[in-house]
Amino acid sequence: MSLDDTPTPAASPIETDAVVIGAGPVGLFAVFELGLVDVKAHVVDILEKPGGQCAELYPEKPIYDIPALPIVTGQDLTDRLMKQIEPFGAKFHLGERIDMLERLPDERFRLKTDAGTEFICKVVVIAAGGGSFTPKRPPLNGIEAYEGTSVLYSVRRMEALRDKAVLIVGGGDSALDWTLNLQPLAKSITLLHRRDEFRAAPHSVEKMRQLVETGDVRLMIGQVTELHGTGSQLDGVTVKTKNGEERLAVDVMLPFFGLTMKLGPLADWGLQLHENLVPVDTEKFETSEKGIFAVGDINTYPGKLKLILSGFHEVALMAQQAAKYVYPGKKLLFQYTTSSSSLQKKLGVS
Amino acid sequence: MLKITFIQPDGSEQVVEAEPGFTLMEAAKMNAVPGIEAECGGACACATCHVYVDDPWRDKTGTPSQMEEDMLDFAFDVRESSRLSCQIKLTPELDGLAVRVPAKQF
Repeated sequence: MSLDDTPTPAASPIETDAVVIGAGPVGLFAVFELGLVDVKAHVVDILEKPGGQCAELYPEKPIYDIPALPIVTGQDLTDRLMKQIEPFGAKFHLGERIDMLERLPDERFRLKTDAGTEFICKVVVIAAGGGSFTPKRPPLNGIEAYEGTSVLYSVRRMEALRDKAVLIVGGGDSALDWTLNLQPLAKSITLLHRRDEFRAAPHSVEKMRQLVETGDVRLMIGQVTELHGTGSQLDGVTVKTKNGEERLAVDVMLPFFGLTMKLGPLADWGLQLHENLVPVDTEKFETSEKGIFAVGDINTYPGKLKLILSGFHEVALMAQQAAKYVYPGKKLLFQYTTSSSSLQKKLGVS
Repeated sequence: MLKITFIQPDGSEQVVEAEPGFTLMEAAKMNAVPGIEAECGGACACATCHVYVDDPWRDKTGTPSQMEEDMLDFAFDVRESSRLSCQIKLTPELDGLAVRVPAKQF
C-alpha cells in the first residue's frame, strides 16, 4: 500500500475569534470593524470571489449612495473594501458554504462547511445578504427527483459522465465550457439553447461551432418542456423547437440558468426568523442567539433599509458587542482612527 | 397616472396605477403583483421580473437591448414576447398596457 492510499485524517478545526458568513460589502467591512477591536475573523462565502451581490450581480453597474463615493461600481467597491481590510489579515474560505452551526458546552460555536472545513469560534457574524447563491432550478415538473443523479448543476467528477448521453442547457460560459470539456468523454453531447447566440467567451463559441460542424456536438435551438425517467434516472426530455416537439434520449442533463439566492442551511440553525430574515436588536445587531449577529440585507428590525451603508453602520455597533464576548471583562475604549495611535498601529499606518 | 394590467397565468387580472418614469417592474413591486420577484432590484442582472408583452403593445414597449436579450437566457419559457419588466420604462403612451406574468419565474 502506498502512502497515497492512507486516508487523510480530518483537518483539525480552525480556532478563531469570529467567523463572518458572507463576503459581500457588509461582511468585508465587518472584518474591518472587528479588526479595530482586536477580534480576528475568518470569512466564508459560497462564491469563488469576494463581493457578494456586488461582484456577482452587478460588478460593472454604478452605485451612487456610498458616502463620499459619488459613483462606484460593485467591483470597485469590493476592491476598495478588500484593500481597506488588508491590514487585518482575515483568512478567506471561498467557494464554501457553512452547512452546520452548533453551540458547544463552553458557549463557543462549532461550524462546518460543505467542503469539510471546521471552525471553533466565539462569535458568528451572519452577513449573508439575500442568502446563499445557488443554481437556478428550471421549473420542470418532477425535476427534484433527478437532482444529484441525472440532473446536475455542477460537475464534481467528470468521470461520472463518461459514455453518457449528456444534455447541456444554456448559452453562457458554464454551458459552453462543459460542452467542450465533456465532449471527449461523453457518449454524446447535445447543447440546447433558446437562441442561436451565445454570450460566452468567443473562442469557446468558435470551438463549439467547429464540433457541431464535425458532428461531435449536436446544437439544438429550443427549450426543455418535460422530463422523462424512472426514479432518479432520467431517460429523456421533450424539447420544444421552432419545428415542434422532439423527444431526446438523455442520461444526464446539466442546466445552466445562472444563480439565485436562497436562505439555505441558515434556516436550520435554531435562529428566530421572520419572512426569511433574521430579526436583530438595533443596539448590537444580535440575533435571538447570544453571540450570533446578523448584519446587512439578511437582518430585519423596525425601519430597516436594505442599503450597503446601513450594513456598514450595523457592523460598527456589532463589533463592540462581539469584542465583549471575545474579551470578557476588558474595558473598551472608544477611539478614532484619525487620532488613536493604537488603531493606527493596527491599520499599519503609524 | 397610467393604468397597467398584469395578467396571471390563471387568467386573473390586476390593474395597477403607476406614474410615468418608473419601470414596469417597479410598478409591479409597488403593488405587490405576484410572480414579479426582481431579485437584483432592477439591475438587469437576474431575469426574475420576466413578463410577456403581447401585440399590439410590443410596438410601443420596443424590443430588448442586447444586455436584456443576454439576461433573458437565464429566464424560463422565453418567447418572442418575453421582456424583463425592469427594462421597460413607463411613458404616457403605455397607458393601458397589459402584460402577462409567466407561470414560473424560477
